[in-house]
Amino acid sequence: MTAATNAHAPSAAPATPIFRARGLGKVYRMGEVEVHALQGVDLDIRSGELVVILGPSGSGKSTLLNILGGLDAPTTGEVHFRDHDLVNARDAELTRYRREHVGFVFQFYNLIPSLTARENVALVTEIASNAMPPDEALARVGLGERLDHFPSQLSGGEQQRVAIARAIAKRPDVLLCDEPTGALDAETGTIVLEALAEINRSLGTATVVITHNAIIAQMADRVLRMRSGRIASETVNETRRPPSGLEW
Amino acid sequence: MLALRGLSALDRKLLRDAWHYRGQLGAIAAVVVCGIALFVSLRSMNGYLRSSRDAYYGSARFADLFVSVRRAPLRVAREAAEIKGVVSADPRIVTDVVADVPGLPEPATVRLVSIPVPAAPMLNRVHLAMGRWPSEGNDGEVIASRAFLTANALTLGDSIGVVLNGRWRWLHIVGAGISPEYVYEIADAGVFPDNRHFGVVWIGRAALETALDLDGAFNDMTLSIVAVRDTQAVIEAVDTLLAPFGARGAYARDEQVSHQFLTGEIDETKVTAVLLPAIFLGVTAFLVHVVLSRLVSMQREQIATLKAFGYTHAAIARHYLLLALIPVLGGSAIGVVLGAWLASGLAEVYARFYQFPAAPYVLQGGIAVAAVVVGGGAGIVGALGAVARGVRLRPAEAMRPEAPRRFRHAAFDGVMRRLTTSVRSFVIVRNLERKPSKTLLSIVGLALAGGLVIATLSMYDAIDAILEQQFFVVDRGDVTVTFREPARIAALRALARQPGVLEVEGFRAVPIRVRHHASDRRSVLFALSPGGALRRLVGSDQVAREAPESGVLLASSLAERIGATTGDEIDVHLLEGRRRVVTLTVAGVTDDLLGSAAYIAPSALDALEGSVELFSGASLRVDARHRDLLFRELKSLPEVSGVSIRAVALEGFQRTIEESFGIALVVTLGFACVIAAGIVYNGARVALSERGRELASLRVLGFTRREVASMLLGEQVVLTVISFPVAFAIAYLLGWLITVRFESALFRIPVVVVPTSYLLGTVAVTIAAVASAWIVRQRIARLDLIAVLKTRE
Repeated sequence: MTAATNAHAPSAAPATPIFRARGLGKVYRMGEVEVHALQGVDLDIRSGELVVILGPSGSGKSTLLNILGGLDAPTTGEVHFRDHDLVNARDAELTRYRREHVGFVFQFYNLIPSLTARENVALVTEIASNAMPPDEALARVGLGERLDHFPSQLSGGEQQRVAIARAIAKRPDVLLCDEPTGALDAETGTIVLEALAEINRSLGTATVVITHNAIIAQMADRVLRMRSGRIASETVNETRRPPSGLEW
Repeated sequence: MLALRGLSALDRKLLRDAWHYRGQLGAIAAVVVCGIALFVSLRSMNGYLRSSRDAYYGSARFADLFVSVRRAPLRVAREAAEIKGVVSADPRIVTDVVADVPGLPEPATVRLVSIPVPAAPMLNRVHLAMGRWPSEGNDGEVIASRAFLTANALTLGDSIGVVLNGRWRWLHIVGAGISPEYVYEIADAGVFPDNRHFGVVWIGRAALETALDLDGAFNDMTLSIVAVRDTQAVIEAVDTLLAPFGARGAYARDEQVSHQFLTGEIDETKVTAVLLPAIFLGVTAFLVHVVLSRLVSMQREQIATLKAFGYTHAAIARHYLLLALIPVLGGSAIGVVLGAWLASGLAEVYARFYQFPAAPYVLQGGIAVAAVVVGGGAGIVGALGAVARGVRLRPAEAMRPEAPRRFRHAAFDGVMRRLTTSVRSFVIVRNLERKPSKTLLSIVGLALAGGLVIATLSMYDAIDAILEQQFFVVDRGDVTVTFREPARIAALRALARQPGVLEVEGFRAVPIRVRHHASDRRSVLFALSPGGALRRLVGSDQVAREAPESGVLLASSLAERIGATTGDEIDVHLLEGRRRVVTLTVAGVTDDLLGSAAYIAPSALDALEGSVELFSGASLRVDARHRDLLFRELKSLPEVSGVSIRAVALEGFQRTIEESFGIALVVTLGFACVIAAGIVYNGARVALSERGRELASLRVLGFTRREVASMLLGEQVVLTVISFPVAFAIAYLLGWLITVRFESALFRIPVVVVPTSYLLGTVAVTIAAVASAWIVRQRIARLDLIAVLKTRE
């Protein structure tokens, strides 16, 4: 708790918090047993910031990401995205919130198999108001040449970069990445992380990456370590290392 | 939930899986219920009608040959009985008279058939449903047909008035009877029975003998023969024997009207008993295939585990076959019960149309067993592919997740790009394109559902077309009067003087035998009033035409039966008057819907007969204000043997259609909706199962429930919409099949489908599809958005 509350002003990050969470708790009931997935988590995330959340399985990092993404509601506490109250929002409001403000990158890419790379991106840009052209989004992740390939014709890393292009094409305020390199080898993972870092730098999209992989923490502005549903520690990196410089 | 104790672990899994997938298996079972119910009810009816008919014909000694003459002495009947191949010959007196029935404002036509008193006739025995046989010496006592009594709410003891040879007679009803000759009790040239206005009355021979001056003579004879193969030889011998007595040509059962209708119905159930269940069971096999294939895909890891533990291929195959058989056998069992219930309802409907002493309907064990075998067979056929895939799975391979679904640019991409810019439409089209056979079968299944509804409705349309043609185009007289004997023009003038008669148009109808090469048919030669407005010769082109001055015009059904076309020469034997045999040229063919007549100009007929113009009857235009008065007069005109009133006949037809087709329509509509719902529900459920993760991802990305639902259910929308034109084609094909099957000498059913029927067919399928899609849509709301972040497909 103290680590988290002390961590409000990382020097490197810009000033305005876009996420503000206070006293977040989440209790799952598994039959007779109560599982405390989150316990009193306080957290601010600022615009343009790249935050890596580390922690073992069951530490609560996915639950936290789900709540930030409007996919799950906390049992206690409050979360605001700018002036949106994410705790008391109805389903339709949360859908709009995800649609307008959030980009998701999943561990297993979750591309639509019946659509080409370009069409997978277009799927999202069609419903966004200020989207970039799908070709541009794919060019930003280095896939300008494979626009018309279907997911089954792409490697895992390529698929994940399509997923990133899909997530950033609508110019979201925040990019939430759940183990984005979890299914990839080191080399491919590096390429994907470079794409994420590049987007974060060039578009100024606040980026939250959750991962088991502690090495990835070196590319972040700020690193949160979670254990047993709490933020156990927080580290601010003076300098971010480029993904190509990470040693896996 | 279920008592599972004592079951093997695999069987417990079976029952729990069945419970888990109860929605999809239930949809399959519903289709099976419909198919088996149709199988059981139609097969039962086929057997029931045939055995009832055969038993009745046997016990009542239904005659094999029929012939009417002008007047022949009874000794001729004895000579007929001596003809080689004849078992017995039963002479009698038959005549149509106009009757005054209590409670019926219009005149009815009654066919008086003589019976020996006190004995029963040798052939065509009248079975007393109620009352008693007329007593000896009591000429006024009669047995009336049961249908006629019921339709007119008459009871034993009531009387009907008739004019018999110019004298008013009261006939006292002492019995209600049925006869194998009038199982379908219908006036000549009718299609539907009108039991209020036409009925058979059996009367002691003595009463008719005197009245019609047929002492020691007869004007009608029925015969039974030793063997069917002798039919033609006996007919020829009988015709030769009776020729001097004004015979109208002997004919066999296949030209006997009641028998023709009854046999037509039996043949019809034989075809539908195969065709309709085949449609439903085909859909069943398809749905089993779709659902079980998906299940095997989803359970590949479970299958691998079972194999790894040493379960045999046979055990795996048995497991999934049983899963397929649960809904199929369950549905079959319910279908047998429903089918038996429908059959007993159908038996009641048939009892209203066909007058036989029918035993109550009882479901035959053989049919029930056959139903279960057929239903189970459909399930096994559907399951085989998926089961084989499960059996072939190698454990190591099955432990790995299934390879991602492969898509590629397909034929429709170019077209799609021109039609839409929305990539969501691409998702729909590519998913349909990826499994072309499944897509095709879904469309065919939905089209069969729509086609069934449209085809059933088109039967109404066709009958409407017949009625429209017959009652508003061909025969426009308010009243049609038939004379006892061909009459001169004075008879028309007498009719014109009757109250309320505005216009009279005479016509001649001569019974004929037509021969062309080896073909020989009985028919009627019409001579209609040239330029007439009340009774016209109009083909399907709705254009009135005149019969040619030379030669003869044939109804297409007659032309086809004797194999004659325009320009051919045919032999026409006039069976009235001087009974000449003439050779005429076929001047043309007209496509009448009812009957199979021939047409000639009156002047040409007069020339052939060498007589003055004669009339068999007349069409009347009547002032509605004086109808009742006219009807009263017509009931007592001695020269009139039959009266038919257009408005009454039309109303009777329409009522009959409502009664008989109403049930068929409701059943077809309901069953077709089950097909449509089953296909859409299972299609959408399987798609949701295959693509649940994809759709949940879209929800995470900010797509609304409605947008996600539209991508999933859009496929079903596309399938349903594409099925419509296919349904139209299927309906047309079914209509054509019905036309071909039903076409007889009595009537032809045109292929007519009005736009409303197309619309109603599509609406029915749409409603069923939307309802089942709505149920699946509720599941989209329950998609687990969080699970997709972590789980791999």
